[in-house]
Amino acid sequence: MSIHFPNGLRKPVYFWLFLFTCTWLLSNYSFTLYKALGARWIIKFPSAWEWQLDVWISSFMTWLVEDAGFGLFTFRQLTRFLSALIEAPYNAMRALLADGFNSGLGQHAVEIFPAMSWVAITLLLVLLALCVGGRSLALLVGGCFLYLATFGQWQSAMVTLASIAIAVPIGVIGGLVLGILAYRSERFERLQRPVLDLMQTVPIFAYLVPILFLFGFGPVSALVATIIYAMPPMVRVVLVALQSVPEPLHEAGRMAGCTPRQMMWRVLLPSALPTLMVGVNQVIMLSLNMVIIASIIGAGGLGYDVLAALRRLDIGGGIEAGMAIVVIAIALDRLSQAFTKSDSSPNQSFGFVRSKPLLYFVIALMVTITMALLGKVWPVVQNYPEPMVLTTGRFWDEVIKWININFFEVFETVKTALLTYFLLPVKRFFVGIPWAWGIIALGLAGWRVSGAKLGLLCAALAGAIAANGLWREAMIAVYLCGVSVLLATAVGIPLGVWAGQSESANKILSTLVDTLQTLPSFVYLIPVVMLFRVGEFTAMVAIVIYAMAPALRYAAHGIREINPQVIEAGKVSGCTHWQLLWRIKLPLAVPSLLLGLNQTIMLALSMLVITALVGTRDLGQEVYIALTKANTGQGIVAGLAVAFIAIIADRILSALAKSSQARLGLVT
Amino acid sequence: MNYSAIPSAALAIALSISTSNAEVESLDPIKITTHDWSGQIITTTIMGEVLKRAGYNIEYVQADYIAQFAGLKTGDLHVAMEIWETTGREAMDEAIETGNVVSLGESGMIAIEEWWYPSYMEKVCPGLPNWEALKECSEEFSVAETAPLGRYLGAPVTWGGFDEERIEALELGFEVIHAGTDAALFAELESAYQRKAPIILWLYEPHWAPAKYEGKFIEFPPYSADCYQAPATGINPEAAYDCGKPTGPIWKVAWAGLGEKWPGAAKAISSFNVSNAEMSAMITKVDLESQSVDAVVGEWLKTNEDRWNDWIK
Repeated sequence: MSIHFPNGLRKPVYFWLFLFTCTWLLSNYSFTLYKALGARWIIKFPSAWEWQLDVWISSFMTWLVEDAGFGLFTFRQLTRFLSALIEAPYNAMRALLADGFNSGLGQHAVEIFPAMSWVAITLLLVLLALCVGGRSLALLVGGCFLYLATFGQWQSAMVTLASIAIAVPIGVIGGLVLGILAYRSERFERLQRPVLDLMQTVPIFAYLVPILFLFGFGPVSALVATIIYAMPPMVRVVLVALQSVPEPLHEAGRMAGCTPRQMMWRVLLPSALPTLMVGVNQVIMLSLNMVIIASIIGAGGLGYDVLAALRRLDIGGGIEAGMAIVVIAIALDRLSQAFTKSDSSPNQSFGFVRSKPLLYFVIALMVTITMALLGKVWPVVQNYPEPMVLTTGRFWDEVIKWININFFEVFETVKTALLTYFLLPVKRFFVGIPWAWGIIALGLAGWRVSGAKLGLLCAALAGAIAANGLWREAMIAVYLCGVSVLLATAVGIPLGVWAGQSESANKILSTLVDTLQTLPSFVYLIPVVMLFRVGEFTAMVAIVIYAMAPALRYAAHGIREINPQVIEAGKVSGCTHWQLLWRIKLPLAVPSLLLGLNQTIMLALSMLVITALVGTRDLGQEVYIALTKANTGQGIVAGLAVAFIAIIADRILSALAKSSQARLGLVT
Repeated sequence: MNYSAIPSAALAIALSISTSNAEVESLDPIKITTHDWSGQIITTTIMGEVLKRAGYNIEYVQADYIAQFAGLKTGDLHVAMEIWETTGREAMDEAIETGNVVSLGESGMIAIEEWWYPSYMEKVCPGLPNWEALKECSEEFSVAETAPLGRYLGAPVTWGGFDEERIEALELGFEVIHAGTDAALFAELESAYQRKAPIILWLYEPHWAPAKYEGKFIEFPPYSADCYQAPATGINPEAAYDCGKPTGPIWKVAWAGLGEKWPGAAKAISSFNVSNAEMSAMITKVDLESQSVDAVVGEWLKTNEDRWNDWIK
């Protein structure tokens, strides 16, 4: 394999330079141009041409909620029926884990059976961990759940766990069904793909209002929103997993005379199981990401505790509840990964979970009943004793206070410098771009990296944003995400390269990154406001913290996956350590780095709505305003605009990654 | 949480051993909304507990402050205990107009919101809390992003408040920076207060902040409806909004069907009445002294037994 810069690079350089210069000139002089020509349309999309999409969506929604029907029943009755279908198992699960089974209402209620005690739940999960993953996993899971009990998070954690326990199976089964349908029919797959893209990129806040209208107030709406957000990766994974089942297996199935149904359930799905479990894992993680947002519309649990703690500026309380979400994520993640990994149990004496799942349920039932009875005698068994609850108390508040008093001036200096010389010039550049040129430039860029089709798509999406009168907000969003992504990659990639080369660095960094991604961003948003004040800089810091993870992960992955022979060859030809890195490792890791960049952009865009809470004035704020005013149309249109930006960035970067892969000869 | 499958035998037992003897119109749970600030949860819990003692079944449902109106209109939700004149009036009026939501009157608490500064600012800006002092020392409040104008930290955009207009009308040298949420608002206040740094921002009562931090509301020319509508009224003859913000009651609203289904409960909720001072004291106990809402409400119920017994008579 030879690494060389292709001769063709010269031409693209000229192209990009030309595009940038034109954009810069137009951005700088658009206002002058408008004054000189008296053509206001240059800087502002003419309001006479604006679509009334938000109004249409709102009135469609009203019609759907109030009038739409199918003869025998109305649309709303249908959604309420669905809502009842989800609510019944949720209530049962919540009773089992958190509230206990009662008969009667309110103060007439009589407890029939208490909720599973904390001892029983911890014991059973440790047993499960021991069976699928061995002693170290058992210790980890036990530690995680003991944290929940000792830090007084148990009750809320169980409410959260109950909603996860309902959302995940629905997400998994739904993903499985859609994935199989897509596998069977290419037409369905083509139709479904853009829908999945939108489900993943439209901010959840945008569709919370219609969900509330249709599914009613309370935990069910939160569950529905969680499922919408968490299901798409499962669909994609199912499709990929089915498509990558090796041909000989198909052959064997056909020779054995399988019907299509047998083929699917007896041959394809079992052999794709390890990959499918990756999807399950994704659904779990994304559901946990939704905990905070779900609590805004009534899911309660840990997410609510985080919000409530931060509203009274109890930073420690926020961190403790936030960490509870992290430990649940870690425990569930490691458990589901352990299920994926080993087909034969590592621990023979406890291997029965796989072979005899029924036995596990019998044990679970017995433990639950025993503990419930013991709990009647010793209340400690039923509920973790209040006086033994640990808390960090005001420790974190004091830490932040100390940093605030001693280092605020330093932060302020750095912040002012960054704002003056970096953020504001970039902002002026993006906000100045006239909408008409923006559409053309994106079209050209798309055409250049992939072809006319992508060019048209990019131009059309950008045009749709402008036509809805959101150009300025969109450009502020692009600027904010742009600078954040730049900083996130500038920090993330070097760290990732380090992690890719050193195992010990990798261990520390990946723990850090896992924590940063599952810790709800609200937890650190408030301390960041205290140190940097309300405004775009704070928003940027929060986005960088959250979006750094994929840059780091993919860089580490890219470096680690390089064929060792190539590195060996480099060493033999006398490369120094730095030459090895710059000339061989980094160029070869480019496709991986681009994928990481892609993911970083997606995460940055998904943070926009969250940063609206610290006072940004971009698309995220539009979505947030729509939410607080319960304006369905405005929210969905602004949400779609965010999705369009995401899709444009994704398509252009994917095309770049593909062509760089082809250039490096990495395509298999 | 009530497990919905109720065996009728168990229900019979439940009723026979129930401690409450009061006859109520319907045993269906009354759904009262809670939001994410302590004051509202305290108000709601007081009401809920009082109704429980009258024999009603109460379910607390967490809902968004504005989005809840959709639920109140359809009867998914039944009662909302705190709709602030200052922030919720628009949504409340719109809902009442549909005929599906009714007002149950004032809660006795008065919402106050205004520009607020910590006391230590009086040293650098003598003449406060009179608003005219701000004319002289707006620069004391400036930061790099707003210089030479002072920085005024306003409420989330959606809360309204006409601060941009007020600054224009009163010719103050300030720029409004909107916090996205009130948590961010108080985080900044906490940070500035720790460093004794200049800050002026939007604050409201009843809330724990005026109890925790020493400071005052700015005294603007008093509000009148005319001042907001007619430019000619007020100090600046050419501009409206040349005065302070209105104060107003905190309202209670309910689903229109409440009075029919649970007339006794509707009467009790209408009678509910607590004062700003009482509420502020309770909020302080919960938010600053980390007592639980249930404990604080329990204490209030104990000391005010006569009052709430009157409500449910």
